[in-house]
Amino acid sequence: MTLIKKLCFGLAALVFLSPLGLIFPACFKACPAWGEWGTGELQKMAGYLPQGLAQMSELWKAPMPDYAFKGWEAKGLAHLSLAYIIAAITGIALIIGIILLLGKIFVKDND
Amino acid sequence: MHIPDGYLSPQTCGVFAVVMVPIWTAASKIVKKTLKARQVPFLAIGAAFSFVIMMFNVPIPGGSTGHAVGGVLIAILLGPWAACIAITVALVIQALLFGDGGITAIGANCFNMAFLMPFTGYYTYKLICAGHPIGSKRCIVAAGIGAYIGICFAAFMAGVELGIQPLLFHASNGQALYCPYRINVAVPAMAAEYLLLFGWVELIVTTLVVKYLQKQNFVFYKSDKS
Repeated sequence: MTLIKKLCFGLAALVFLSPLGLIFPACFKACPAWGEWGTGELQKMAGYLPQGLAQMSELWKAPMPDYAFKGWEAKGLAHLSLAYIIAAITGIALIIGIILLLGKIFVKDND
Repeated sequence: MHIPDGYLSPQTCGVFAVVMVPIWTAASKIVKKTLKARQVPFLAIGAAFSFVIMMFNVPIPGGSTGHAVGGVLIAILLGPWAACIAITVALVIQALLFGDGGITAIGANCFNMAFLMPFTGYYTYKLICAGHPIGSKRCIVAAGIGAYIGICFAAFMAGVELGIQPLLFHASNGQALYCPYRINVAVPAMAAEYLLLFGWVELIVTTLVVKYLQKQNFVFYKSDKS
């Protein structure tokens, strides 16, 4: 088996294990990363919502916010894990596609 | 470490976007010259690995979460400029599709994770590894230390960027306009988390992958000078 193939299998394994990154924080009741709170959370912590932050936070609506489908927030960890895996596959497919394309266009053989 | 929209002022975002332009330009020029066509699939897998490893949130029980990035790992394998491109692609996809990191903060997030992290980590690694064969114990340890230094430095700088916001930008009533936490809160919070936990996660991930690839006879990046 070539090294590339082995690494692809490794990547696939990580994709299917990725919901652990969702489940562990939930088990330990951990909050989001420092400085990555949603506006509601920040308002509770700081006692007010900074004006500029409130405006700018509305700028972009991601199609799969927090690696989940919109409206799935209350559906529980099983659904969220499935969405997480779908997000991982989507992200990886796009990233690999973009870099291979950039490589095709820009990298001439330097061997 | 993915700064969301609104935590940095538009001015700060602008500065980092402007700073990143020459870095991205240099990266594409250098990678175009030095990366071999057969290395492109490895770069793609490296970027994908970085993306998925960032989904493995590690909790501090009752506290916050964080994750490894893999930026120094890619720098050691394929060079810091190639790592810059790989991490940038991952960060852009995360911001656009998943709202992880703001679109206005792409410049700052790339500066921290796609520039500072791979470069400080890679040069730390090189300094420690210098004169020793890549497969040696010393170089594998050096890779781990480089990864630790790289991610901690990036986190420290993210803390600085967030922490200067309330000093620079506030409303007439004294309320902050963007990130409300000052540098004396933001920097210790970010630095402590990474020095104590997430830096070690990065160190372990990097060491394991470097060790594995070294056994697989992967051809590690060598700069022209060495």
